[in-house]
This record gives sequence, C-alpha cells and structure tokens, in this order.
Amino acid sequence: MSAPSTPSLPAASAPGRSLAAWWQALPLTTVFVLFFLIPLALVLMVSFWDYNQYEMLPGFTFKNYISVFEGCLSRNEYGDLCVTVKTYLSTFKFCLLVWALTLVIGFTVSYFLAFHVKSSGMQVVLFVICTIPFWTSNVIRMIAWVPLLGRNGLVNDFLVRYGMVDQPVEWLLFSDFSVVLAFVHLFTTFMIVPIFNSMMRIDRSLIEAANDSGASGWQTLWNVIVPLCRTGIIIGSIFVITIVMGDFVTIGVMGGQQIASVGKIIQVQTSYLQFPLAAANAVVLLAIVLMIIWALTRMVDIRKEL
Amino acid sequence: MADDLKDTLSTAAPMQRRSLLKGTAGILAAGVFPAVHSADPIVLRYLGTAVNQDKAIGEKFEKDTGIKIQYVAVTTDDVTKRAVTAPNSFDLIDTEYFSLKNIVPTGNLKGIDTKRIKNADKITTLFTTGMVAGKAVGDQGTAPKKTIFLEGEKSKVFAKSPTQFMSIIPTVYNADTLGIRPDLIKRPISSWAELLNPEFKGKAAILNIPSIGIMDAAMVVEAMGIYKYPDKGNMTKKEIDLTIKTLIEAKKQGQFRSLWKDFNESVNLMASGEVVIQSMWSPAVTAVRTKGIACTFQPLKEGYRAWASGFGIPSTLSGRKLDGAYEFINWFLDGWAGAYLNRQGYYSAVLETAKAKMEAYEWAYWMEGKPATQDIKSPNGDVLAKKGEVRDGGSYEQRMGGIACWNAVMDENAYMVQKWNEFVAA
Repeated sequence: MSAPSTPSLPAASAPGRSLAAWWQALPLTTVFVLFFLIPLALVLMVSFWDYNQYEMLPGFTFKNYISVFEGCLSRNEYGDLCVTVKTYLSTFKFCLLVWALTLVIGFTVSYFLAFHVKSSGMQVVLFVICTIPFWTSNVIRMIAWVPLLGRNGLVNDFLVRYGMVDQPVEWLLFSDFSVVLAFVHLFTTFMIVPIFNSMMRIDRSLIEAANDSGASGWQTLWNVIVPLCRTGIIIGSIFVITIVMGDFVTIGVMGGQQIASVGKIIQVQTSYLQFPLAAANAVVLLAIVLMIIWALTRMVDIRKEL
Repeated sequence: MADDLKDTLSTAAPMQRRSLLKGTAGILAAGVFPAVHSADPIVLRYLGTAVNQDKAIGEKFEKDTGIKIQYVAVTTDDVTKRAVTAPNSFDLIDTEYFSLKNIVPTGNLKGIDTKRIKNADKITTLFTTGMVAGKAVGDQGTAPKKTIFLEGEKSKVFAKSPTQFMSIIPTVYNADTLGIRPDLIKRPISSWAELLNPEFKGKAAILNIPSIGIMDAAMVVEAMGIYKYPDKGNMTKKEIDLTIKTLIEAKKQGQFRSLWKDFNESVNLMASGEVVIQSMWSPAVTAVRTKGIACTFQPLKEGYRAWASGFGIPSTLSGRKLDGAYEFINWFLDGWAGAYLNRQGYYSAVLETAKAKMEAYEWAYWMEGKPATQDIKSPNGDVLAKKGEVRDGGSYEQRMGGIACWNAVMDENAYMVQKWNEFVAA
C-alpha cells in the first residue's frame, strides 16, 4: 500500500516502450486515484469543515483538530490524560504487545515450516492449516472466546474444579489480556506468510556454509537466517501494526467495549453525523500510521529486496 | 447479524433482476409485446433495525397484497445516518421519534397524509397528546408528541399542535428498564440506583449507544439522589459533565463487566451470567427466557425510559411505490402485525385492531396484566410464560403510565458524544 504505483524508473531508452509502460500503469493508477486519492482528499477537506446536528457546513476551520486535542496540555480532574492521548497510548501498547507476540510465534512457525518440514506437499498442507482461523467470520471467531474464557467458561470451570483458584478468574475475558489474545490469534498468519516466503528464498547452501564454518544453531539463526528474513519481518510488521492501529471491532468485543480505540471513536462520531470531527481524527490516525510505516521502511528497502 | 442480512439482500436484488430479464426475454421471444409495467410486483426497500424486521411480517404482507418487502437491516445510529446521507437508498424508513430531530430538518422525509391512513384517528393518545388512559405521562426527552406532526407535506419543522401531516406513523413502542437475573441476585430490586450498587461490582452493564446510555445513566443519577434534572432528555453541559463523571467513577471502581451495543450482545452477557443487572430491551429479555434462564424486566419505582418508532416515507418517493408504501402502513395498522408485535412484548400503535386479532387470554396477559390462564407463546411457538404467571410491570396502563422519560437527541448532542467517548476511554 505504501509503494506508489507510478513507475519510478521510466524506461528512457525507447519512447514507444515508455508509452506502453504508462498504458500498463494506467488501470491501477485510475483505481488508485478514484478510490484512494480522491476519497482521501475529500476526507482531508471535510476535516476542516464545520457541522451542526444534521449536516456538514463547508468552510475552513481548525475547530475539529482543536477538539481532537482538547485538554491534552494538562491532566484532568482525575489526573488522567486527555482522551486522544490516552487512546493512542493504549493502542500503541496493544500494537507493541501484539507485534512482539506475533513476531515470535510467526517466526517460529515459519522456521518450522521452512526448515524442518522436508516435503513440499507437507509444507503446503501445514501452511493451509495455518489459515484455518480465517475460514470463519471475524465476529464469530471472537465471540467463540466467550464460552471459553468467561466467568462460567471452560477455562474457569477447569481451574475451579481442580482447585487451582477459589473464585473464577475475571481477567480472562473483557480485559487487555483477552484483547491481545484475540489479536494474536487473528493476525499471526499475517506474520507467517511473508516470513515463510522470505525463508523459502534463502539459499540452503548458506546454512551449510555456516555449519561448515562451525557456527552453532543459534548463531546460524541469528547471523544468517534472521538478517535474510528482514524483508518478510518488516512486511509482516507493517500488516500487523496497521491492522491493530485501525481496529475497533476486536477491541470492542474482547474488551467489553470498555477499552477505547481510535477506530471506535471515529465510528461513534460518524454514527452521530459528526463527519468533520471523524475526518479530523482519521487524518491524525493516518498521519501517525504513515510515520510508523516510514520508520519501518527506513530499516529495509522493501522494493530493492523483493 | 446485520451484515449477513445485508449480504443476502444485496445478492437477492441482482438475482431477481436477472430472472426478470430472462422472463422478459421469454415473453419477447414468444412474440407477445408485454404489458410488464403494470404486472411487475412492487418491491419496497425497508430500512430499519433488525429487531423490528420480522420475516413473518414481510411474508404475510406479500401474501396479502402482492407487494414485496426487502429488509435493509442496520443499527439505530446508521438508520439516521442513511436517512440523512443517502435518502434514495430506501422506500420506507423505520426510525425512532428522537432521530427525527436530525432527519426532518434535512427535508428528506415527506409528511404522511393522515387522510390516506385509514386508522389514523385510532392511533393511541400516547403519541398524539402524550396521555395514557387520560393521564399525562412523563415527557422529558424527545416524546413522540413533540415530533409527530409536521406543518405540511414538505415541511422541515415540527408543528406544535396536531395537523393533517405526520412525520412518521407509529408502529411499535415500549418502555425499557433494567433487566436482572433474579436467580443470581436473590433479593428484590426496585430502583435504578442498583445499577451502580457496589454489590454488583463487575457484574453490571450499560449500553454503549451514547444517546440512550446517557438516559439510563441519568435515571441512575436521579435515583441515587445525586441530582434532579429539569429535563433528562435535554441536559446542559454541566449536567452532562456530572452524569459522565458518575459513570467514570463507577467504571474506575470496576462496576461494569462490559458495555454492549448490539441487542445480541446483551442476551449473551445475561445468559452466560457474566452480568446480573444491566440496561436491557424487552426482546432481549424474552430471548434470555426462551433459553430457559430466569430473567426479569424489572419495573422500578423511578419509572421507565420509553422509546417509539414509526414508518416514514422519503420525500422523493412517488407513483406506484408511494401507493405501495401507504398500503404497507395501512396494512401494518390493520391488526395482524399489531397482534404479532404485542405477542413479542412490544405495543402496537392501534390497539383495537390488534385486539381483534388476539385471543382473549393473550390480550389479558399482555395488555391487562392478568395472570395467564394458559401457557403464553411467542409468535414462533416458544413458551414465554407458564400458566399463572403475570407480565413484568403489569398492564399497559401501568407500564406506559410509568414512563419517566423518552430516548432523546439533546441540543448539546456533540458535547455529549465527546464526553461519552471520554467515559469509554476512562
């Protein structure tokens, strides 16, 4: 998504070929402009409009942006930060936790698939198994956690029956824990796919060479495999981070609607026809996510390594 | 659920077009020039929330009149959003009276000519004058009588006194209160204040639709004796601050197990025992009970928070579709649908036509608050109450007469939503 679709290296040698290249780029460019750039420009424009109870009033005002950051310069009466800063901090926390967990799990699974499973048929089968969580709808997958983690759920039943706890454990559901659990369950695949892809492209003779040079297993992993998987890791990270930053359904359902997310705030505002305010929030979110992606792509030149 | 419904609906439309095309081609091939225009059935796109869109009602109407109803199910807030932003995407809207404050000023709805509505003069006085059995009920908030009449067919303002044109024709309404699990609470509950009682720490829930949730919160604040609002349905900024502050303090102490937005979520929370006391809607209570789990829609001494919805017609509708919409509204008030709704625990707008379509024992249980003389069943045959049981809250007069306030859109709506987001984030 971050890579611009316009050809960056025009084939300057033959003008005819360059024209053809432009034609080939045209369909994607059209779609990109029509369904991405223009709507984005509209959102940006609307974020400066005013609004009343039921309609948007064209104009130019910073009111919405001021409102987004209202009260952020000082702490409020409860000693809390303002809603926006607090919401972003909480979202960043989820991002970091989910990113770290999906990275470790995703890397391990990919490593197993790529280096320990020898037959390519088996690899395909196991790879397909990794996508099973995606066979059901997002919402059903999340709701299925309730009978498992709830106060009277399976896990609590088990813990109480075998005397591990006296009272059912409450933090299993509608808590930070359950949100992270659901995210990891949902998005590990997004980490597995690109990392697995990178691993499959590693020349096996490099690993043999490392062995022959006397590197231990861990040394090979750290000094050979991880650096060569860098592209996959960064792509997976971009997937996971952008999804978690924008998510409000998972946080809503698993957090018992009591944990704020930026997406939720935007959704509530659009429901109440406060489109300009929602647009301002969306622009702020977009800016922050773009900054994260920019930072990530600084670590590795994705286009060069793909 | 709403999404699934939307999907099936959107796939249904092209299918129909295709088979229609095929059919037309067939007729053309046969060399007969068709008079298809008068023959193809009218299809009305009915925009509303899933709770009101009963499959049986659509089917029965099609059987009676040949007009097809195509349900478009979205959430309460999205109905308003669509009415304001995409008024051509539906032919009939089922919306709440409080939403009208946002929709009518856009001019997207047509005033409904009551001369074309057969039972218009039989619509219950709760809507037209705000009275039940001759007594005025609470009118804090957006009471229907404030928004039901328009000054003319193309008017964008509400009329102060009855006129020939109605903004929406009432269809279904009810009085909401707290739902409880009597088997888990094991003591009588009689006040809204119990929602924030520390006894139920971690076992309470409130709904996360700001405009409705704030009303429930206001009932609690008043019941706790913290503050008495001049009008709960139209708070000042200071009153909003106070209400939200009460909620935030409760949240910080871990009072709420969860908040809910979708009616199915509330059923789940209650049925699984995660929550024992929460804001609830009547069909949700019914749904918990049909699972065989005890659940009471508890009448409280401070009264009920009422809501009412009705049918509106978009201003661009004309010709046969407009006639079809009027026919649907007339059919709806004619009794069959009313009886169907009454059996679900709602109330219908024209009581006498519904009474004619209900059995005497059903009427006595649902409307007169008498003990059931035989098992009471829902329209799909589930037993809702055994012989001898009495409806929660009693008769129509007792329940609707106990209305304290109505769902509302406040003048300080934007501020309220902002503060509500603060509560969610706290």
